[in-house]
Amino acid sequence: MSKLDSLKSIRQLHQAYESGEWTPTAVTQHFLDQARPNRLNAWITLCEQRALNQASLAEEVLKLNGGKVPRATHPLLGVPMGIKDNLAVEGVRMTCASRMLESYIAPYSATVVERLESAGAITLGKLNLDEFAMGGSNENSAFGRVLHPTHPDRIPGGSSGGSAAAVAAGECLVALGSDTGGSIRLPASYCGVFGVKPTYGRVSRSGLVAFASSLDQVGPLARSLDDAAQVLAVISGHDPLESTSLGLPPIAGMGEAEMKGLRVGVPQELSWLGAAPSVREAMESCVEALRSAGAEVIPVSLPRVKHSIAVYYVVAVSEASSNLSRFDGVRYGSRSPHAVSARSLEEFHSVNRSLFGAEVKRRILLGTFSLSSGYSDEYFLRAAKVRALIADDLDSALSSVDCILSPVAPTPAFRAGEKTKDPLEMYLNDLYTVPANLAGIPALSLPWSRDADGLSIGVQLMGRSGADDQLLSIARSFGRVRGEDLV
Amino acid sequence: MSLEFEAVIGLEVHVQLATETKIFCACPAKPPQGRSISDLAPNSNLCSVCAGHPGTLPVLNERVIEFAAKAGLALGCKINSESIFARKNYFYPDLPKGYQISQYELPICEWGSLSFETQRGSSQVQVRRIHLEEDAGKSVHEGGATLVNLNRAGVPLIEIVTEPDFRYADEAAEFLRELHGIVTTLGISDGNLQEGNFRCDSNVSVRLKGESRLGTRVEVKNVNSFRFVEKAIEYEIARQIEVVKSGARVVQETRTFDSDRGVTLSMRSKEQAEDYRYFPDPDLVPARVSTNALARWRSELPELPQAKRRRYQSELGLSAYDAGVITGNRSIMMVFDSAMQLIAKQESNLAKGIANLLTGEVSRKLNEESVALEDLPITPAHFVDLARAAAAQVISSAGVKQALNNAWKTGESIDTIIEKHGLKQVSDLSSLEPVVAQVLAEYPAQVDELKSGKDKVIGFLVGQIMKRTGGKANPALVQQMIRKWVES
Repeated sequence: MSKLDSLKSIRQLHQAYESGEWTPTAVTQHFLDQARPNRLNAWITLCEQRALNQASLAEEVLKLNGGKVPRATHPLLGVPMGIKDNLAVEGVRMTCASRMLESYIAPYSATVVERLESAGAITLGKLNLDEFAMGGSNENSAFGRVLHPTHPDRIPGGSSGGSAAAVAAGECLVALGSDTGGSIRLPASYCGVFGVKPTYGRVSRSGLVAFASSLDQVGPLARSLDDAAQVLAVISGHDPLESTSLGLPPIAGMGEAEMKGLRVGVPQELSWLGAAPSVREAMESCVEALRSAGAEVIPVSLPRVKHSIAVYYVVAVSEASSNLSRFDGVRYGSRSPHAVSARSLEEFHSVNRSLFGAEVKRRILLGTFSLSSGYSDEYFLRAAKVRALIADDLDSALSSVDCILSPVAPTPAFRAGEKTKDPLEMYLNDLYTVPANLAGIPALSLPWSRDADGLSIGVQLMGRSGADDQLLSIARSFGRVRGEDLV
Repeated sequence: MSLEFEAVIGLEVHVQLATETKIFCACPAKPPQGRSISDLAPNSNLCSVCAGHPGTLPVLNERVIEFAAKAGLALGCKINSESIFARKNYFYPDLPKGYQISQYELPICEWGSLSFETQRGSSQVQVRRIHLEEDAGKSVHEGGATLVNLNRAGVPLIEIVTEPDFRYADEAAEFLRELHGIVTTLGISDGNLQEGNFRCDSNVSVRLKGESRLGTRVEVKNVNSFRFVEKAIEYEIARQIEVVKSGARVVQETRTFDSDRGVTLSMRSKEQAEDYRYFPDPDLVPARVSTNALARWRSELPELPQAKRRRYQSELGLSAYDAGVITGNRSIMMVFDSAMQLIAKQESNLAKGIANLLTGEVSRKLNEESVALEDLPITPAHFVDLARAAAAQVISSAGVKQALNNAWKTGESIDTIIEKHGLKQVSDLSSLEPVVAQVLAEYPAQVDELKSGKDKVIGFLVGQIMKRTGGKANPALVQQMIRKWVES
């Protein structure tokens, strides 16, 4: 099975299925064997029996189709995947990496999970994250931190840290993450995989445990851009279970984009001058490569984007404070052993809700404050107004360029514990990623280079709202520049 | 110098909408066949959405927009083409998400009014807003434990908020009766008071007459009968006047009404008032009302109780009382209106007879048997035929009662019933004359009494003749014959 270790793409996997070299069961078994020791602590729950059942179903489908993968009906047949543990899989525990939901069994499946499973994908298990997706380093999990796949003393990024680490380490072929302020792109960049945050409303949020509803978006993490595009093609498209779902058709996938004449915007306000030297070098080499391939690299101005972090941390925590109100230990989830002796409703709620971790509590408190009467005008409403201006900046810049290029993060993966003392420093790490969430536009992280320690550095591309296909095509041409076909 | 006080009262009325499904999920909002949500086993009418499971999202039931807009149109409100759902955040075990989805800054309807009658004449009250919201579940406190039932969670409500335009408790009650008639006529609510489909919070304050500032307001919550609202407000006004007279201050608080004792009791002081931290719900897009939809809904509005009452009196000659009773009960009103469709123009004198049947015997029986008119085999045609038979003196008033009882149970036609039970009254002089002669001959003493002017005795004589004819004689005719005989 040594060849399975080097498995890079769905395309390669399907070729092996069709040649009879591998079977879905053998592949599933292999990935379960990789995942089970949990050496990166990427997994919270493995659903082995479910996965093996799905694998034998996949074998049936293959057999019925004369050994060929029926790409029209089962485009992801036998693809072993991991699901971030804030997405519901019916009958499987969903913890959100919180003590609060330690033994919660989801009574239904998220739309994205349903779509993937009916496309033939195999659910191996649930992946670790920052508690309720709140964090950028995956150090906020009640189930322990996730280790960086090649540098175990470092963080894999967050909040989809389990997803990125498991994909990078070959513990699953593709994974789903969620991105509220960079939670797919940051870990993708740190772990050296592809990560896409689609246009807001393009992929269903039904079954995604809400952190900040107006910012949350589900997306893929994968070892190849094509795999990410294939997963997107399956999970995107209108969902009647979500009111904010767009009426757009599914994301078609990657086309071709000419690097010659491509207009790449570089925002002065998201400059990499303040970033780590290795990140600066990566960006400069990227710009140079684009120019020599015939792209136009154009400075663009996003005057109000500098307020993104401030705006984001008001909007996100405000929505979070309300979204997390349902976790009170009444109907489901954990109930504190002290709840039974509570002498008042306040006490009942406060002992139960003390099961949240420190970062979640911090954000609930901040959000409750910024929504409270007398302060909401100054905080929540003001942030909502500035958010609209930031979106205007990005939209108008994107009307004159094809995409916007920036770093994903100011540094490569940092050491565990390095930023936990100072929440503000941790928040500043989201500098480059939050604008896309505030504007609802698609953005992706694409591995570009490695620093002297071998740590991966990604670049971020942001695209026009609803033009997810185009953004994928542009990303593909970036790969060409480096002499790689990302397909 | 005597101090004269006046009360200032505003109402918030919660009306449960009679949609098939809940406001944000596919669970039934009303169980089948006239059963009520409270009949269902606890927590048997819920799904992962209305139970607030993590990851679930609300999807608006478009029907609630239509229903709320129709209420707004009936009250002359401005209907907003876009209204916004907001989250009202508070913790309570029967509130599954820790927030209630409601409307705050931009409700679906604003600024209308409703006029109604009291003993003091006609009054009009401004309606400030109508907004949509979801109901919470129900908490039952039992033996030191609290049990939560979420069957009701997510049932659609509209909240109708008035300006503090009321000055008297009976105005509030009359307003509620009128409003109840409107929402049931519109068909947007079952209006079942016992089930809490129509419940009222009253904001009451008192001040010296002539004072323009408002006094401290007390909220009396969740009263679900018109009479109790009136009593609660009356009690509250008297209580507050006493407090002010004694030199103390009215405390801003929420009170409940104890209907057994007829008093309001303090629930919680508003000093611990909650901050609901309203903000637009990011899971929902604005609710939209197109001009086309609005025009269609307007054209679908039925004749409302007020207009109907006026027409019943002016065109059909009903008394104000009968018109009020008929429009006050949706199923009686529907039967009456269908009956009116069945009669010819020149028969419009039958309207009174049909109205009498409906407001008298039928209302009594409905109450007694606690059944719904629409569930019975009796139809509007029966009432028309009954009224016709009575007007033509084919049957006596006793016969009408008997035929009604029969049709009530069997649904057989009035003709068949009259035939089968021999209810036809004898109005034929030649067959009655021998009986009259015989009875008068048998009771000479009574005949003499009658002659001497003791008129009451005629009842006895009529009774005897009715007995002999097995109740079939036309009593009016018999009376006439006796008088003629005595006078001759």
